This record gives sequence, structure tokens and C-alpha cells, in this order.
Amino acid sequence: MIPACRLADLPRGEAHRLDVDPPVAVFHTDDGELFAVDDTCTHQDASLADGWLEGCEVECPLHASKFDLRTGAVDAPPAKLPVRTHEVVVEDGMLYVRLSTAAPNLPPCVSARLAGGVA
Amino acid sequence: MRTVAVVGASLAGLSAARSLRKRGYDGRLVLVGEESHRPYDRPPLSKEFLAGTLGEAELALERDDEDLQAEWVLGTRATGLDRAERAIRLADGREIRADGVVVATGAAARILPGTEGLAGVHVLRTLDDARALRDELALGGRLVVIGGGFIGAEVASTAHALGLDVTVVEAAPTPLAGPLGGAMGGVVSALHADHGVRLLCGVGVKGLSGERRVDAVLLEDGRGVPADTVVVGVGARPCVDWLDGSGVALDNGVKCGADGRTTLAGVVAVGDCANWYDPHTGAHRRVEHWTGALERPDTAVATLLAGGAGEPGVPRPAYFWSDQYGVKIQFVGHAAGADDVTVEAGSTEDRSFLAVYRRAGRPVAVLGMNQPRLFTRWRKQLTSAATVS
Repeated sequence: MIPACRLADLPRGEAHRLDVDPPVAVFHTDDGELFAVDDTCTHQDASLADGWLEGCEVECPLHASKFDLRTGAVDAPPAKLPVRTHEVVVEDGMLYVRLSTAAPNLPPCVSARLAGGVA
Repeated sequence: MRTVAVVGASLAGLSAARSLRKRGYDGRLVLVGEESHRPYDRPPLSKEFLAGTLGEAELALERDDEDLQAEWVLGTRATGLDRAERAIRLADGREIRADGVVVATGAAARILPGTEGLAGVHVLRTLDDARALRDELALGGRLVVIGGGFIGAEVASTAHALGLDVTVVEAAPTPLAGPLGGAMGGVVSALHADHGVRLLCGVGVKGLSGERRVDAVLLEDGRGVPADTVVVGVGARPCVDWLDGSGVALDNGVKCGADGRTTLAGVVAVGDCANWYDPHTGAHRRVEHWTGALERPDTAVATLLAGGAGEPGVPRPAYFWSDQYGVKIQFVGHAAGADDVTVEAGSTEDRSFLAVYRRAGRPVAVLGMNQPRLFTRWRKQLTSAATVS
């Protein structure tokens, strides 16, 4: 498990970006739910933590793709592939992320960069 | 309703088809597309696709597992709408009878009259346009872009990165003054000079020279700009000629209510061809933005399925983006009518800032350069203010 931040430091409606590789975004919804997904939009290189959080959905800040934070499913294009979801654990007021072992769906430009080793 | 025909198979048409199914319409669904391609994403055509970093398969808008249970009639154009027969006539002679019609025929790139048939002269609107331009840019040389709008600026940026010698010619004193206002149009178009791309403003184009292939762009002040390739980026006109005489009122595209309805019952219009009434400004406004083509079809489809008694939507303020020279440009709202623009964060010199447009003290638009996080906050704020009031 990776420590993310203190729950008290992540108000409702806000997101926190974890600088792991690939980065992870943790969301605290207006209803008080916590979700973690890969931070990079599956369409192009954009940070979902910078996006528009509404209900259990985040809209990519650049091209308006929407993802369901509960499942990672695409709710609106141009993205076609779901974003990978991770488990969020809260212990003693601290937020942790248990990273998924599934393969991430990174956009072509980011995958190429990682493959080329020029992160 | 037993048959719905969606005329136009790009983002707006696809979004309408998805919305029909999502809202429970289970009758016959026909999509007509002039291009032979399944729906694809146009914004990358001037950027990653032109640069060669994104392939055609990645442009597809449909997901692999998606099945709309639709009949696709591609590679043929609609030529008429017969009101009495409720039929759409196609260029190949076929007819499609439908009791519901979604008009999503988009817009076509304007060309320079008299330049047809001259090799090396391009517009950029379709995948086929982009393929042809990409192949020519690969040869290098001198590119002249006519028009300093977003498409022109993005092509200039991509071609510059590919190593071409690029000049942009803009008839107005400042590029992008329409969408962004004069001051910010100047700031954004300064990106050209930052990267060594020549920008000639306030001078019109008289014509092109060349026998079979273009060799120069001739300016109205008598200068000639040598060119191996020319891209004409002078806007688009709505593709609505096929509706002449159909009873669907046309005025800068299809004239629509705030819910997408046209003057003909059972016909709604969406996307670049549709001139919707905009409650924010109290006037009709044709929006040529990706997000409009994505979001508005759902409102129009609701109207169509409700037999014309739809809830007039209060659309989110128009949002668009542009990527130029590695800089992310984002804009939401309506710049016209703003009486004040202030930079609220960052600085224009750093090409990283957020500017807020106000009218009588109220924010009406926001421009961001390389400020996606802050921009999203402002966009949210502007949207909630607009949809509540």
C-alpha cells in the first residue's frame, strides 16, 4: 500500500495526485466517497486530478472524456479505453492506495515515452 | 417513431445515435455519412495525426465492443429532404424514409476561389484532407498558411515541429480577435514569433501563383511569399444546401431553438451545421466546437423523442481547446461583449496564465494557457453561474 495523504488534507470535491509511475489520482467526492484511478487520461496525456469532478464521474480537463470513478468505464468520448482503478484504504485518518496489478491503459504518447525510457 | 435517420456520421451524428439508444429508442436507426469512414476524431488531424504520432486506428470514435444496432450508409451524400414523403434523398439515388430526422451534416472548409486544381494547395477538415497534407509536409520545404485562426495556427505549429519553414498570413490586424478578443488574440498568436514562425497580419491574399503547382502566395500589398505548400484555413461553411426547399428554415446553418428543434416537426439539428438559439446571449449562435457536437445531441434527441415538446436545454458555456507549440490553450464562454480582461494568475510573458473576461463585473469567459487545473476550476464556476441564472 502506498500512503497518499491525510484524509483531513483532501476536502470533498478535491483530488490529490500521487507521483508514482504511472501517477495515480485520489478523489474525494462531494458525497464523501473516495476513489483512486490512474491519473493519466487514457486518450491523451492529461492529469485527471486536474479534471472536473461531479458525482462519481471525472471529466478530463483537456478533451472532456468522462470516466466513472467506481469502475473506470468511459462515460463520454474521445477516450475509448477505461481508466484503471485502485483500491483506497483509510487507516487512522491516513489515506492509502493499494495499486491494481492489472495493466494500465495509458495513451499512445505516454506508452511510447515509457517504452523509450525517456520518462 | 419507427425509423430515425441521422444525416451526418461524425461526432454530432454518432452522439445523437448513442443518445437515441441510451434513451430507449429501439426502432430502426440509419446513419448517413458523406465520407466513407466510420466516425473519427477530427481535432488530432491538425496536430498528432498530421505530425505522424497518432495513427488512423486511434482516431476511431467508436469503441471496439460498441454496437448501436444501426444501419450505416457511408460514402454517399444526402441531396434532399422530402417533407411530404418524409424521405431523405441520397446522391446515389437511394431514398430513406424516416419519421424522425437528426441533421448533423457539419461544415465544409472554405476554399480560395480560383485555386481548385492547383497542386500543393490544401484545406484541412477531413481525414482524407489530413492524409494528403501529411504526405506533402513530409517533403519539407516552405509552407504558407492562409488564415491565423486555430486550424491555421495548429497546422503552422505542427509543420514547424516537422522542420518546415512556415509563414502565416492573416487578413485581420490580429489573429483570433473574434474568439479571444484583440488583446488575448495578440498574446496567443505571439506563439508563432516565439518559435520563429513568420506572422504577416493585416494583409489580404490576392491570389496564388504557379502553373500546375503553387509556387507563391500573392498578397494584396504586392508582396509574394514563396511557397511549396499552401494551407487555406479561412473557416468553414455549414453543409445545409441539401435542405433548400425542404421547409427547414436556414439562417447561417439550420435555424434551431434552444432544444435543437427546427421549423419542421420531426427534424432536429446538431453540431457545426446547427444555429441554436443561445439563451446566454439571447441570440442564435452557431458553435463549431467539439464539445458542442458532443453535448447538444442529447438535448436534441430528447426533443425529437418527445415529439417536439422538449425541455429547452441550458447548455454549458461553449468550451474549446487548442494545442500550439506545446502550449495548451483553453477557452470557455463568450468573449464578445466583454468590457474587461484581466490576467488573474501567471503571466502572459511566460505563456502560462489564466485570464478572465468580464462584462459589467461579471465573468463571461475564461482563457487559460498551460493552466489546466486552474482553468477547470474557473470553467466549473462559470458553468454553474450560467446554468443557475
